[in-house]
Amino acid sequence: MYEKITDDNPYETPMMIYPAVHYMMGGIWVDYNLMTTIPGCYALGEANFSDHGANRLGASALMQGLADGYFVLPYTIGDYLSNDIRTGTIPTDSKEFDEAEKNAKERIDKLINNNGTKSVDYFHKKLGKIMWNKCGMSRNEKGLKEAITEIQALRKEFWQNVKVSGSANEFNQELEKAGRVADFMELGELICKDALERKESCGGHFREEYQTAEGEAQRDDKKFAYVAAWEYQGEPSKAKLHKEDLKFENIELKQRSYK
Amino acid sequence: MNLTLKIWRQKGPEDRGSMQSYPISDVSPDMSFLEMLDVLNNQLIEKGEDPVAFDNDCREGICGMCSLYISGEAHGPSVETTTCQLHMRSFKDGDTVYIEPFRAKGFPVIKDLVVDRSAFDRIIQAGGYVSVNTSGNTQDANSLPVPKADADKAFDAATCIGCGACVATCKNGSAMLFVSAKVSQLALLPQGKVERKERVLNMVEQMDKEGFGNCTNTGACEAECPKGISLENIARMNREYLSASISSEH
Repeated sequence: MYEKITDDNPYETPMMIYPAVHYMMGGIWVDYNLMTTIPGCYALGEANFSDHGANRLGASALMQGLADGYFVLPYTIGDYLSNDIRTGTIPTDSKEFDEAEKNAKERIDKLINNNGTKSVDYFHKKLGKIMWNKCGMSRNEKGLKEAITEIQALRKEFWQNVKVSGSANEFNQELEKAGRVADFMELGELICKDALERKESCGGHFREEYQTAEGEAQRDDKKFAYVAAWEYQGEPSKAKLHKEDLKFENIELKQRSYK
Repeated sequence: MNLTLKIWRQKGPEDRGSMQSYPISDVSPDMSFLEMLDVLNNQLIEKGEDPVAFDNDCREGICGMCSLYISGEAHGPSVETTTCQLHMRSFKDGDTVYIEPFRAKGFPVIKDLVVDRSAFDRIIQAGGYVSVNTSGNTQDANSLPVPKADADKAFDAATCIGCGACVATCKNGSAMLFVSAKVSQLALLPQGKVERKERVLNMVEQMDKEGFGNCTNTGACEAECPKGISLENIARMNREYLSASISSEH
């Protein structure tokens, strides 16, 4: 695979490598049955936080998807569905449905009709650079605060100036991308906010201000041994923090040493 | 490098479609083929034109989404390479490159270079699974001895990523290489024993329903397959099919 990309034979030429930020870690909060806070809405695999918490190493996402799909959900969803057996078809002529449909349509129409000057990829790349530089492998307070401000400005610019070609009622990859980037604009800010709140280094989250003399992660289990679950309140800056304390009964929390 | 790209454009399934010519300059040999298309698309968007629609996902050769027929070869000129792994050093300055979708009766075109490959999903749903107990009484896989030769062949068959290059390149539009890879993978392993007979009969039945053609042992599929899936799988599936037809109560 390396040879296909670089045209260098790794058996003859030393491989060029560099460290990179990991993919998305953490996810939607779910209970032990993999149900979210919305009754009947289940989140599996990489989308939830269940098997790995806020750390998800390479190939773990695949494992999480398989484990949740094969070993957990078949035995938990039946319980919920059993209460639904006599429900029948759910009508769509309700106020809630109409409002949800209206919101979705408005969002799509806004993206299609905006006719700005910058493509979706332009915003995606800009957001990516902010996250890579200021909320990447190594984070600090100054950078995170700057990132939050920059993302808020970029999000405003996105909704004012994004250009999505094509129409809404056809196969439209630009529209698909636009919807995703719109979500990333909110998630990105939330990730930075969470990183700012967690004043310790732990797992994939490394804060330069909290490291040992040898440059290893310095945890603060007294103050931060909890799962940070953020409740959606509209703007990412308004998200409400719920702390789920992590209680270890049979093992003692230790610090890993690479020495 | 400066190239001329001749790309198939089709507004929708009912549109007649046509080849359009797009010159592109300053292509770096280190760029991947899809990166080049991204650059072209950005230029088109700037000009207010419709970008070229094409499928892709992992961009590292494992998901099976990318599916471009490049200058008459599925996934382009490199051997055992997916479209997303193809890099522009495989082309020369001044080249004309034809880019088309994976055309086949079983793969209707959705738009431009994107085809509908849900036929493959329906074939898998028809039988590409095994019944296994996962409720806590799961048997340790290591406790079931499997002949090494069988395990090796099953693994090789399992590397099929379901991209459909075999169908695209086959003059009959046959899906035999794909279906036989999936049937073989499961027929060779003890876990696949329970549904072994129904599996091959049901999957072949679905394959036929989807409108794929028949196999005339040409072998273009094996030559173009980005994972090097062997023609032997087709032979094995033929044996499985014959044996199941005679002995099952289907």
